[in-house]
Amino acid sequence: MEEILSNQSGKKVILLGNDAVARGALEAGVQFVATYPGTPASEIGNTFYRIAQKAKVHFEFSTNEKLAMEAGVGASFAGLKTLVAMKNFGLNVAIEALLPFVYTGVKGPTVVMVSDDPSCYSSAQTEENTRAFSYLARIPTLEPADVAECKEFTKLAFEISEKFKVPVLLRLTTRVSHQKMPIVLGQVTTNTSLVKGKFVKDARQFVTMPPRVLEMKEELLQKNKEIRKFFEKSKINKFEKAAPSGAGIIVSGVAYLYVREALAQLNLALPVLKIGSFYPFPKQTAQKFIKTLKKVLVVEELDPYLAKEVKEAAQETKCKARIFSKEWLPETGELNTDIVALAVAKLAGRRYQLPSIKHQIPDLKRRPQLCPGCPYWLVFAGVKKAVNEKEVVFGGDIGCYMLAGGAPHFLQDYLSCMGSSIGIAHGIKKATGQKLISFIGDGTFFHAGIPALINTVYNGSNPLIIILDNRTTAMTGHQPNPSVPGSNISSSVAIEDVARGCGVKHLKVIDPVMQDEFIKTIREFITKPEVSVIIARRPCIFVKPKDEQKN
Amino acid sequence: MNKKIKPYNIVIVGTGGQGLITLLQVLAEAAMAEGHDFKTSELHGLSQRGGSVEVHVRLGAKVHSPIVPLAKADLIFALEAQEALRAIKFSHPKSIFLINKQIIPIPLQKALTGEEIMNHVKKTSKAAKLVPAFEICKEKLGKGVTSGIYLISLAVSRGFLPLSPEAVLGAMKKVMPEKYLALNIKTFDLAKTYEEK
Repeated sequence: MEEILSNQSGKKVILLGNDAVARGALEAGVQFVATYPGTPASEIGNTFYRIAQKAKVHFEFSTNEKLAMEAGVGASFAGLKTLVAMKNFGLNVAIEALLPFVYTGVKGPTVVMVSDDPSCYSSAQTEENTRAFSYLARIPTLEPADVAECKEFTKLAFEISEKFKVPVLLRLTTRVSHQKMPIVLGQVTTNTSLVKGKFVKDARQFVTMPPRVLEMKEELLQKNKEIRKFFEKSKINKFEKAAPSGAGIIVSGVAYLYVREALAQLNLALPVLKIGSFYPFPKQTAQKFIKTLKKVLVVEELDPYLAKEVKEAAQETKCKARIFSKEWLPETGELNTDIVALAVAKLAGRRYQLPSIKHQIPDLKRRPQLCPGCPYWLVFAGVKKAVNEKEVVFGGDIGCYMLAGGAPHFLQDYLSCMGSSIGIAHGIKKATGQKLISFIGDGTFFHAGIPALINTVYNGSNPLIIILDNRTTAMTGHQPNPSVPGSNISSSVAIEDVARGCGVKHLKVIDPVMQDEFIKTIREFITKPEVSVIIARRPCIFVKPKDEQKN
Repeated sequence: MNKKIKPYNIVIVGTGGQGLITLLQVLAEAAMAEGHDFKTSELHGLSQRGGSVEVHVRLGAKVHSPIVPLAKADLIFALEAQEALRAIKFSHPKSIFLINKQIIPIPLQKALTGEEIMNHVKKTSKAAKLVPAFEICKEKLGKGVTSGIYLISLAVSRGFLPLSPEAVLGAMKKVMPEKYLALNIKTFDLAKTYEEK
């Protein structure tokens, strides 16, 4: 029996933050889960992929995050308890589907879990802070700090969603998602069979069109007023008292753990207000906390959103406390105990110095590499032989093949977001006519490459697109994608059929082991006046042959 | 500050594919069996593809942050010798610093020798030791892949870690797949006989 499905209430187990979200959802009775893999959120999908059949939960790796969100919206409209999970950039893709969903509200309670990656440990494009979307979507948002809270906040998020009929956002960060600690299991009621929902027609709720849509907005504003009141009384916002000294700390997310440790390290006792509900912000709770203080330090990673809320709360009550945030804390990169201790020492008027290494230590440049035996070695080597690298622009995309940018390949002149190798290739081609080869993986092609490919055909540009089809979504942990059937997925979609259907005339599927043919085709295709596609097909060395046979 | 609440801090550094997350899991399970509070931190994703990897394990009566602060590591394991340099910032004069003598070359960079590495490490951590775990495992067991368990066993049998050998062995049985378990248990026993030259 998988520990995560254990029925032993009260049992202590070690869970990863993401798995604690999965367990929280199971304890809440989740019935439908949809996700698209992306570090640091991937384990939610991996876990449900493994246990869904046993747990009798509808589960899918959707083709992209917007589709995961829409699948979740549909399941919720049909009354199912739903969890949707993704990484920060995923929400950019899904936001189109989320905004109206907050207006319509839920039928089946729904939680949207998003994990951010301060310091960009596994996130190429930006150091995105999802909390900005809380404002844009007006979606109630909870921020757990540790693994135990991951489970508890997930359950609470479902309760709030059920009570107020809105989806609820659960925002994690890398150090929460990939943290482990012992936690106590609650009760989980396993469904005996897959639960079937029912879509009951109700255009008033499910159709967003003017003039009704403006009424919906008013209803949402009203809901958020009620939710704010709920948060003002909720234990999710913890007021930890200490003897008055005129200084106090307001903190959210994993930074709370650093604050507690910094206080212990400095042997300081200061009052702390831990905000668990970032949006709607519990303003009165904050006002009560800062009322008697002269100095307040707001500790949060990345942008100072919480600090803005606190400053506004202070202004409203004419509170004279001085509020410090990014004056003393960085806006770039994750926080840790050392960084926080420096700021806390300043707040308390203490001298404090970080330990530092005085002597010079050589800088190791050990960058990630393609695995030995990875088929991409053959793709990049073939490209280098086929063309003069100086005369060709190389487009990169999101996947293991981002490593084309480093030694010994150096075949990446731009890199942006999912699918953009093709979209940007089109723009460069239109603007310059320079020779261009773009690399995109199978998973990324399905995720966001198809509309971009259609655009090259429809608006007439001629990049050479090499689709690196390694039969899996490798970088995030080998999840299945539409090109390959998975263990409980029976059908698949052939990339060549898609490309042909998009109107691509120059198309070849080549195993990159056949270097002569691969090189010859690159030389031939790169001079074509229309877009051309080479599908370089060879499975990732971690794809088991049995996964392949099913295709 | 109450000494009892001070966590015991472990940092493990190495390269992707050396099994750092398994070692983290073994230490976490052993900590749970012994009734400690603990928190761990690991990184997933592209950093695993042969790049540098670093995981943290902290145990004690009450642990807040999952990350070990600068100069606060009680025990450091470097599964690859050059990677030890990255962990120097966590070390202090009394840190136990066990370094696997194995060198995994970095493309386009000249490999440092064990001596060069130790010169850097010993500036902050006098008790640092270069242990030929990879060579010993390879010679006696035919494979060097279990050198991480070798270092952990060494630390446990010398009493460096506040964890009993039984708890660690029990954790290994819980965490490791059946087919790798026997080799790891052999490694665990082998390390007890290690004698410094």
